[in-house]
Amino acid sequence: MPLKAVVMNAKDNVATALDNLKKGENIELVINGEKELVELKADIPFGHKFSLTEIEPNSPVIKYGEVIGVSTALISAGDYVHVHNIASARARGDLQGGKE
Amino acid sequence: MSFSGYPRPKGYVGTRNYIGIISTVSCANDVSCWIAEKVKDAAVFLHSHGCCQTQPDLDTVNLTLTSLGWNPNLAAVLLVSLGCESSSVDLIAEGIAKSGKPVEKVVLQKMGGKTNVVNEGTRIVRAMAETAAKLKREEFPDSELRLGVKCGASDTTSGLLSNPATGVACDTLINNGGSCVFGETTEIIGAEHILEHRGATPEVGRKILEIVARMENRAIAMGVDMRGGQPSKGNIAGGLSTIEEKSLGAIVKAGTKPIKAVIEYGEKPEGKGLFLVDTPGREPEFLTALAAAGAQVMVFSTGLGAPQGFPFIPVIKITGNPNTYKNLPEHLDIFVELGEQGVTQAGKALYREILEVASGKKTKAEAIGYGRFPNIFTIGPVL
Repeated sequence: MPLKAVVMNAKDNVATALDNLKKGENIELVINGEKELVELKADIPFGHKFSLTEIEPNSPVIKYGEVIGVSTALISAGDYVHVHNIASARARGDLQGGKE
Repeated sequence: MSFSGYPRPKGYVGTRNYIGIISTVSCANDVSCWIAEKVKDAAVFLHSHGCCQTQPDLDTVNLTLTSLGWNPNLAAVLLVSLGCESSSVDLIAEGIAKSGKPVEKVVLQKMGGKTNVVNEGTRIVRAMAETAAKLKREEFPDSELRLGVKCGASDTTSGLLSNPATGVACDTLINNGGSCVFGETTEIIGAEHILEHRGATPEVGRKILEIVARMENRAIAMGVDMRGGQPSKGNIAGGLSTIEEKSLGAIVKAGTKPIKAVIEYGEKPEGKGLFLVDTPGREPEFLTALAAAGAQVMVFSTGLGAPQGFPFIPVIKITGNPNTYKNLPEHLDIFVELGEQGVTQAGKALYREILEVASGKKTKAEAIGYGRFPNIFTIGPVL
């Protein structure tokens, strides 16, 4: 069976969907050669991300082994991760002082 | 490996044999088009600049048009000027003449208007095309190629598949002694710490941090969150959440080799290897920077399906999004299968395609003539 989602780096706390995935599905992931199961708490469109673990608010969101942004809410394992719950830390002219 | 191209003065090699018609100011665009319509093998470069701008921007226009004239895909160049513009047709002509190729100019206000300029321009371009048609393709090593790489209309498949495959092709060309150019400084924000360490010297690394900070500060000066502009609405719909995520996927398209130098917009770097040009990522401005930097072939990696090419450079489209590949057959040249094997295989297939396209095979964008509206990147106001 083809992979339904991919984790780019063992440090990542999110996975990327390789198909349109449904809420309640158990997704098998391969991380460092080990298999791991995550139950989805929402529908995840093709190419979008879901969380592998609980992520506290104001915590780094990690993909490719690098920080891709900061959580703006509590994110549970299996939650949809996108612009509604992560923010960019860069080019933020809207924030006082701009860069963090 | 080798390809068959057109020999140019000073040892350069073209993959196409066009006569370039270059407008020196937006006001000369119409006559440039009218001349180009009358001659087969003419390629016209239009833009919206060249007047009522501050000197730094006018310098960028002069430099960019000069560098475009040097591009090896042009056998000869006609500059089309209005006459009263602030860009300098004479300076550009002098600069292009140093390439050793024929260059001439027509000036509307000095030649009695549209009809005379179109007649005279057409006569010049036809004569240039007759001479150029006598040139035959010859076999050259792939080390004579300079590849421009770009990603656009990205989604998450870009960072997972089509950008890594493009990176494989980049590495192959540099291993074989050729050159690659990449840029899109905005799409380095959040990934500059990785590229810094790829600088061939500490100075190059520092310069990378400097251009990223400069670009980020321009966005910050607007007083808003950049998100929505970068990543774009389409990028976000495609699953990219932040500029950091987009950047980390974007830098992969330039492979893994050391970055030899950082160049300014419109500049043409000397020598071989991997070069980074400081420019935003938007297509019309960025593809021009690659052409100015001397790229004779480009690879454009896309997720959602970016259709545009460039007036005188073949642009190969590659995607890892199966839906896009299926839905947009007129626009996409290469598909990357899922999986690590897929990336390596696609990288190899892409490299073969680069050599075939360099040797004359038409890309999808060339076949339908998509790419007539490039532009030049300027910083200051229109005055």
